Amino acid sequence: MNFALTEEQQMVQDMARNFAEKEIAPYVEEDEENHYYRREILTKMGELGLLGWSIPEEYGGNGMGWMEGVIALYEIAKVHTSWRLSISGNCWGPAMTINEYGTPEQKEKYIPGLVSGEYVGSFAITEANSGSDVASMKMTAEDKGDHFVLNGSKMWISGGHTSDVGLVYAVTNPGAGAKGISCFIVDYNNTPGIERIPIHTKFGMWPAPTSELVFENAIIPKENLLGPLNGGFKICMWMLNNTRMGCATGAAALSAACLEGAVQYANERTQFGQPIGKFQMIQQQIAEMKLEDEAAKYLVYKAAWLKDNKLPSQQATSMAKLYACNAAVHAANLAMKIYGSYGYSTEYPCARWLRDAKQFETLEGTSNIHTMIVAGIELGYQPDR
Amino acid sequence: MNIVVVIKQTFDTEAKIVLKDGQIDPSGVSLVINPYDEFAIEEALRIQKKFGGEVTVVSCGGPRSQEAIRTALAMGCDKGVQIDETALESVDEYVRAEVLAKAISEMPYDIILGGRIAVDDRSSQVAVRLAEALNIPSVSSVVKLDIENNIATATREIDGGTEIIEVPLPAMITAQKGLNEPRYPTMPGIMKARKKELKVINPADLGVSDLSAKMKVQNYSLPTPRQGGKKIEGEPAEAARELARLLREEAKVL
Ligand SMILES: Cc1cc2nc3c(=O)[nH]c(=O)nc-3n(C[C@H](O)[C@H](O)[C@H](O)COP(=O)(O)OP(=O)(O)OC[C@H]3O[C@@H](n4cnc5c(N)ncnc54)[C@H](O)[C@@H]3O)c2cc1C
Repeated sequence: MNFALTEEQQMVQDMARNFAEKEIAPYVEEDEENHYYRREILTKMGELGLLGWSIPEEYGGNGMGWMEGVIALYEIAKVHTSWRLSISGNCWGPAMTINEYGTPEQKEKYIPGLVSGEYVGSFAITEANSGSDVASMKMTAEDKGDHFVLNGSKMWISGGHTSDVGLVYAVTNPGAGAKGISCFIVDYNNTPGIERIPIHTKFGMWPAPTSELVFENAIIPKENLLGPLNGGFKICMWMLNNTRMGCATGAAALSAACLEGAVQYANERTQFGQPIGKFQMIQQQIAEMKLEDEAAKYLVYKAAWLKDNKLPSQQATSMAKLYACNAAVHAANLAMKIYGSYGYSTEYPCARWLRDAKQFETLEGTSNIHTMIVAGIELGYQPDR
Repeated sequence: MNIVVVIKQTFDTEAKIVLKDGQIDPSGVSLVINPYDEFAIEEALRIQKKFGGEVTVVSCGGPRSQEAIRTALAMGCDKGVQIDETALESVDEYVRAEVLAKAISEMPYDIILGGRIAVDDRSSQVAVRLAEALNIPSVSSVVKLDIENNIATATREIDGGTEIIEVPLPAMITAQKGLNEPRYPTMPGIMKARKKELKVINPADLGVSDLSAKMKVQNYSLPTPRQGGKKIEGEPAEAARELARLLREEAKVL
């Protein structure tokens, strides 16, 4: 047991913190206000190797694993939560899944661009009428011999209208439920028949694009089927067990940002002749935030450690995601209270924190779903994977 | 072209300085490469890209200075040398310059780069003393550097303007903000850094004849905390008179 970071991990943390402070922090408020996705940040992340975790070096991987990845994502998300999506959307989602299930040709063709930041990646599971119940999806992929034809629509897809390459899950054997879903690699720039509609009504995460994708007779070449035909549900669950780390880490980082802000404010703001931090009730709030923040971070580290060691990590991932989300929402709520009226003003980051925190309760498995996973594994109803 | 960069590990510029028993307490403070030295590292890597050769980064410091050297290696420098200061009884700019000069004189170098100033003690002495000890020219506070035919053309900041100086190599150049924008270490760079050579030198083995510090720090003190402002009430003419009195008698600036 050792709680210290290795020398490399320390360097990764320093570098990512430095990067986030110099390359992301100056634009946070401007991009929030304009709902603007600053594409070049992803390019820079790619160039610096921040999108290449647990990917073989021959495809552009950075030679590091999960632990280093969460350490880096944490620093980035702490500065601006929207940017947590970059690592999931490119690396832990499509690149890692293609690396696990893809043919050598697929790996060579798609992974380097996802890892270098040349492409914006994405993954599309959710539909208007299919959320938590993934197997109920309706989008179809019809086998036409040398190609598939995709019809239907996906909803709430992160990166959607900006994406170059993404994974799309669709039904290839109607009526077979989870056993009738397949996974496809979609090249959005070269596939006619896909309309991409930005969603502008989000409560938060404003600089992170989200979209509806409408497929109308979109032709996907045979060689873009990822993994076995009708084997998509398993791939999807495998992928979610990785991409969820983006939520878990991002949420833990957000709770840390709230705590740091609240501590600074409590030390500076004076009422009744003393800093408000001296009031026992503020101390109670700070203590709660600190405790949950610390616990969230170590649950994330534990899940990353299990993954690096190729041990079952589904329960640990769900625990990290669930707990960190709760911590983030609680911390954002408390931060807003501690900042008083300024907390309610957009001059301070509290409102953004609260908006961004709320996403975590829904994305990548709602809190209910993760509660079910944790309990189901604990009770022996399902194996830990 | 063989390039040597001398770097110092300093406190993070945002660190809160605490005195303990009259000494600066480094525990719990994050340490970084002196920001001006980062410009020197960046310039070295750019020179190397143009002319080839090797970049060796040398630091005189305690055990934690290896972190700074590793970061420089992660940025792309080829080799690191730490002159382990813990073996020395006392250090000052003289001692550091002497041991650096001795260590560097044993390696091939065409140019030596460093920061214009270290943000901790702000003495701006080591680099110029080093050049003196090696008997090479030095140019300080450089904001632009061109090298051609073994001549360095350095633009340096002077009061109210700039000055361009040509020096033959080998020369010592110190970097000023504006020289370049230092790169971040890349992730693959960090992985490679571990495998790069980092040599630790005991200063006693360098054969410097006199290793005793020439300067002794008498006392460290923190700046007095800022006092709250003072509001002068009353009629404007009267208030102005009172202000003038305070400036003369209390602030003693008039
Ligand atoms: C900003 C944003 C970005 C997103 N990005 C992506 C993306 O990139 N790709 C993608 O595929 N999807 C994405 N999503 C979709 C997201 O993953 C889904 O919203 C999520 O899976 C929940 O589905 P749903 O919204 O349809 O809720 P529903 O499944 O309809 O759930 C509604 C409520 O019912 C509860 N519930 C459902 N089933 C159960 C049950 N069995 N037991 C107890 N309670 C239950 C839920 O917990 C929730 O409270 C994104 C969503 C948002 C908001």
